[in-house]
Amino acid sequence: MTSSSPAPESPRSPLQRFLDERLGLASLRALLEHKTVPEHRHAFWYVWGGMVLFLFLVQVATGILLLLYYRPGAGEAYESVQFIVTRVRWGWLVRSLHSISANLLMLALLVHLASVFFLRAYRRPRELTWVTGVGLFFVFITFGFSGYLLPWNQLAFFATSVGTEVPRAIPWVGPFLVKLIRGGPDVTGATLSRFYGLHVAILPATTTLLLGAHLYLVQRHGMSVPRDVEEKGPPMPFYPNFLLRDMIGWFVALGVLVTIIVLAPTAPMGALFPFDALFDPKHLLELGTKADPFASAPEGIKPEWSFLFMYQTLKLLPAKLAGVDGETLGVLGFGAGAAVLLLVPFLDRGASGLPPNAFSRVGGAVVVALGLVLAGLGTWSMHVLGHPLGVAGGLVAAAWIVVSVLLDGRRAGRRAGPSLLFPSLGWLAVAFIVVMTVIGRIS
Amino acid sequence: MSDPEPTRREFVDLMVAGALGMTAIAAIVPAVSYLVPPEGGEAQTTSTVLPFAAEELPANSGRIFKFGSKPALVVKTAGGEIRAFSAQCTHLSCIVQYAPAERRILCNCHSGWYDLTGKNVAGPPPRPLEAYVVNLRRRPGGPEHDIVVSRA
Repeated sequence: MTSSSPAPESPRSPLQRFLDERLGLASLRALLEHKTVPEHRHAFWYVWGGMVLFLFLVQVATGILLLLYYRPGAGEAYESVQFIVTRVRWGWLVRSLHSISANLLMLALLVHLASVFFLRAYRRPRELTWVTGVGLFFVFITFGFSGYLLPWNQLAFFATSVGTEVPRAIPWVGPFLVKLIRGGPDVTGATLSRFYGLHVAILPATTTLLLGAHLYLVQRHGMSVPRDVEEKGPPMPFYPNFLLRDMIGWFVALGVLVTIIVLAPTAPMGALFPFDALFDPKHLLELGTKADPFASAPEGIKPEWSFLFMYQTLKLLPAKLAGVDGETLGVLGFGAGAAVLLLVPFLDRGASGLPPNAFSRVGGAVVVALGLVLAGLGTWSMHVLGHPLGVAGGLVAAAWIVVSVLLDGRRAGRRAGPSLLFPSLGWLAVAFIVVMTVIGRIS
Repeated sequence: MSDPEPTRREFVDLMVAGALGMTAIAAIVPAVSYLVPPEGGEAQTTSTVLPFAAEELPANSGRIFKFGSKPALVVKTAGGEIRAFSAQCTHLSCIVQYAPAERRILCNCHSGWYDLTGKNVAGPPPRPLEAYVVNLRRRPGGPEHDIVVSRA
């Protein structure tokens, strides 16, 4: 016998009705039910943003747990982390999760950034999504840098001393910036307090704002489909189809995390796993020794892998170049690179189908100059290391930039369209970073 | 009439809910266990460098210093040997001091006495003072030595 009452559109329990009436969840449900994700041959790259979000949430959860036992302060920080990993139940797991997940987060972030860049998902109207995303990228780098010091061990102390010394090369404001970052002339307990405040308060607040804006913009504009790519049939519903696919990725990430942790329980953030595991088992040990400002720097000290390319580049630059300090040029070059990254949507107007304007012309010239410098540096580093193939590679890269500019210039007169220049420069930058990181790791 | 078989959607929903549930348990159980503080309470300092050189401490004298968050006593014997102990009296946790005339450690609260090995020798203290390990480390560029005190 069938029920006499009409079947509701979707079954709602008393709890759901209670929440609906008070929180207005109906609109959220409508969004979830109507949100779709395009399907095409590049749709795989859509999962990486969600992966970054998942790993960030892992960081938040494990970070909050660590906060309950961690004590900031030069006298107690090291001991409190030692306490967490040796005495607190599951403390080793929480600390290792936080440490390893930070590395995976950086990797996922780089993949997400690269995929958005090469698919040109930054083009109109998603410029601000890109800008907030790059802002988040810089915030996460700062998270990593500030968090690295918190255990207050030898490695972190010296890595921070070296890393915070780099801004000194910036003209005029350099020494002031160094003092501001360190909370004094040297790395001391004051630096630890400052980095702690940054890591647990200032950066999370900034992330909340930027992430909120970023996610809102992604919802507002939907997923970008690359130009000239055919969509394969109707779009996939976000809920539950795409979300479930996203979650497969999250489970895989969780599996990778746990595998790394079990095989290398306390790998410090600086380990480029598994190479360090294979070549230098010391890096898989616990905390190392407590920071001692009067001890010599440990042998073979290097920054963590995500900063290695900068470290290696600064090492390779000559002391003086055209009368300017090599290090100053290097730091200013990286600053220019960061500015270019932020402004990509406004420089690559062709991607949005817009003709170039004065800003994009000037910016484009700066970008080309930076690209040639990168190719030159890469060629020089290969020459210094005695790799003739690498030298040839650098020269080919420089030549290709020039060719791309010429080809773009010829096409601009005929029709506005995506340029060759930006993807070429993107690949050059990727190659440069990878090569410098590998050289930095093995030398 | 028998129950209809679950649809594919219902089966998948059940599997997903199960997987999520087990993942949640795998995360929540260690997290809750983590929140329960272990026995022995809090992080303890294992080693510290004293803020004065060994040569600055006169023979047959003692000085209180901070060992983590706890008071400790460093003593230089008449013979020049440096020893360190917890400064909390084992009777009722008053802070002890070095008595040069008696060449012993005294707790003023209830006249408890300890010898220079930390052993409780007179008065109400029930147990010896915890003794620490003392090492001397030459300071770079000078003749003086740092006093490094570590937990035994």
